[in-house]
Amino acid sequence: MNRRYLLKKFLQAIITVFAVLIINYFLFRIMPGDPLAMLVRSPSLSEEAKASVAAMFGLDKPWYIQFFVYIKQVFTLDMGTSFIYKKPVLDIIAERIPATLLLTVPAEILAVFFGCYIGMISAWRRGTKSDVLGTGVSMVFYAMPTFWLGILMVTFFSATLGLFPTSGMMTTTLGDRSFWAEAGDVVVHLILPVITMALVMLGNYTLVMRNSLTDVLTEDYINTAYAKGHTAKNVLRRHAMPNALIPVTTLITMNLGFTISGALQIETVFSWPGIGRLMYDALQGRDYPLLQGIFLLISICVVGANFLSDILYGYLDPRVKA
Amino acid sequence: MITEGQIPHIKNSFIGSFRVFCKNKMGVLSLIVLLFFIFIAVFGQLLVPYDPQSFGQNGIMEAPSASHVLGTDEMGRDLFGALVSGTRTSLLVGIFGTVISMVVGALIGIVSGYRGGKIDALLMRLTDIMLVLPWLPLMLVLAALMGSSIWNIIAVIGLTGWAQTARIIRAQTLSIKERQYIERARVIGSSDFHIIRRHILPDVFPLILADAVTTAACAIDAETTLSFLGMGDITRPSWGMILHYAFESGAASSNAYWYLIPPGLCVLFVVLSFSYIGNAFDEIFNPRLRGRSENGAS
Repeated sequence: MNRRYLLKKFLQAIITVFAVLIINYFLFRIMPGDPLAMLVRSPSLSEEAKASVAAMFGLDKPWYIQFFVYIKQVFTLDMGTSFIYKKPVLDIIAERIPATLLLTVPAEILAVFFGCYIGMISAWRRGTKSDVLGTGVSMVFYAMPTFWLGILMVTFFSATLGLFPTSGMMTTTLGDRSFWAEAGDVVVHLILPVITMALVMLGNYTLVMRNSLTDVLTEDYINTAYAKGHTAKNVLRRHAMPNALIPVTTLITMNLGFTISGALQIETVFSWPGIGRLMYDALQGRDYPLLQGIFLLISICVVGANFLSDILYGYLDPRVKA
Repeated sequence: MITEGQIPHIKNSFIGSFRVFCKNKMGVLSLIVLLFFIFIAVFGQLLVPYDPQSFGQNGIMEAPSASHVLGTDEMGRDLFGALVSGTRTSLLVGIFGTVISMVVGALIGIVSGYRGGKIDALLMRLTDIMLVLPWLPLMLVLAALMGSSIWNIIAVIGLTGWAQTARIIRAQTLSIKERQYIERARVIGSSDFHIIRRHILPDVFPLILADAVTTAACAIDAETTLSFLGMGDITRPSWGMILHYAFESGAASSNAYWYLIPPGLCVLFVVLSFSYIGNAFDEIFNPRLRGRSENGAS
């Protein structure tokens, strides 16, 4: 990896972030559905009250002034005030981030581990029953609507078997408890959404791992390794897997957009108080400042993750050049 | 002479492709499943004994019985009827969304690859940005801002899903552009439009078709997810809308499996079918893959 490659990718990421800023701004101004109209729908509000509310949210100024105000606000991390919560958008989002991480990080780890394992077995035993089963199951989970799998899990494991709570992050009715009792409660609430999310993401890793390893296994150096007298297990572990894992490594960072889409649906189904559920609530209430803030945050994270995966790829695979 | 020689060649390659496709058992099975759903979408209303929107005379949240094979919903509507009309909406959105996304993607890909230079750089930057943006949040924001009529949903799906297609088509156009017959056409004074229409478009068409299958799977999934998250058209029942109502009415905690399972299964079957057909197409257009799987089986 050389400096030119790094610089090029970095510049691309910066351009994309600016494009996101502009898209994000204009999306929320040009489209029908005036935020002010939404805000002052209640007919009981007097004209003066409407004007003061508009001034409060900066809606009374011309659009180009609003644009510069917006850019300045983004760089000072001031994303406005939520219509629903009447609090700064940044504070509301920051409150919800830990819950989303608590859900997505364990799910991602489980998905990567089991996905790679199933993919490896499938590629290694290509065409056998375990391949057909592993690939088939992964494709089914991949094709399934994420939220639907969540609903099925709730219906089966919570409503029918009564094994897990149906929604939320903890049981709120129990009052004061010790830290450990509360942590245990959160874990019980966490199990079902994490498993659902892992199952949804699993398919992608399985298929990429399988294709990647299959490609690697046709390379000449694999034959060479056999010719040198390595055992099959050794060839797989020492010669094939390290190269086959490269696309999977970059997929982990590149998949952030996919992970967020999954979290959005799963948090909605399980009423998990993270960023995804927040976005759902913001959509239902047409809370434009909040929606804009979340969309901006998600987009910038995804652009950053993509940049990271480009660097990682260039670092892991020396054949990549600018 | 040359054209005469080419016609049987094209025919053979089509029949050959079809033979390769027929060898793929999952592909053929998937095609049958898809044809079944299309049949239901077109003629399904004739099989339904009830008006899908009528409610009041039936019991609410009834489990499946002889009169209502899939039970009823929280307003006493017949769920089999809802499922059948949902088939029409879901397939319609999927197909139109795919068509828009193919047209936009192919147009951008061909212009970008054929023109090159600044236009190419600009269009590809745009494509990269579209590829990076997280699709579901973007679609949700667009749907929320545009309002959720069925045509808006189709537009949102079509306008967010073209980036991958544009990349594939551009790459293919770049390689076709260098071929001799394009050079020859240019020398005899054919216009760019003529060259694109008569030479490049026919050559990239199989690729567009193969990509359309994958995109259709995404489009159907997207419609279902958007509708479930409350951004669907409430006047048109789709599979996603049925699941939205099911979730809102608490079907999950009251264990109303007849309400929850059939629409999701329909989505699953259709999306899986498109995916398997996509895999079969991949084998046709990517002979390296075919050789590989034969090696693997031996």
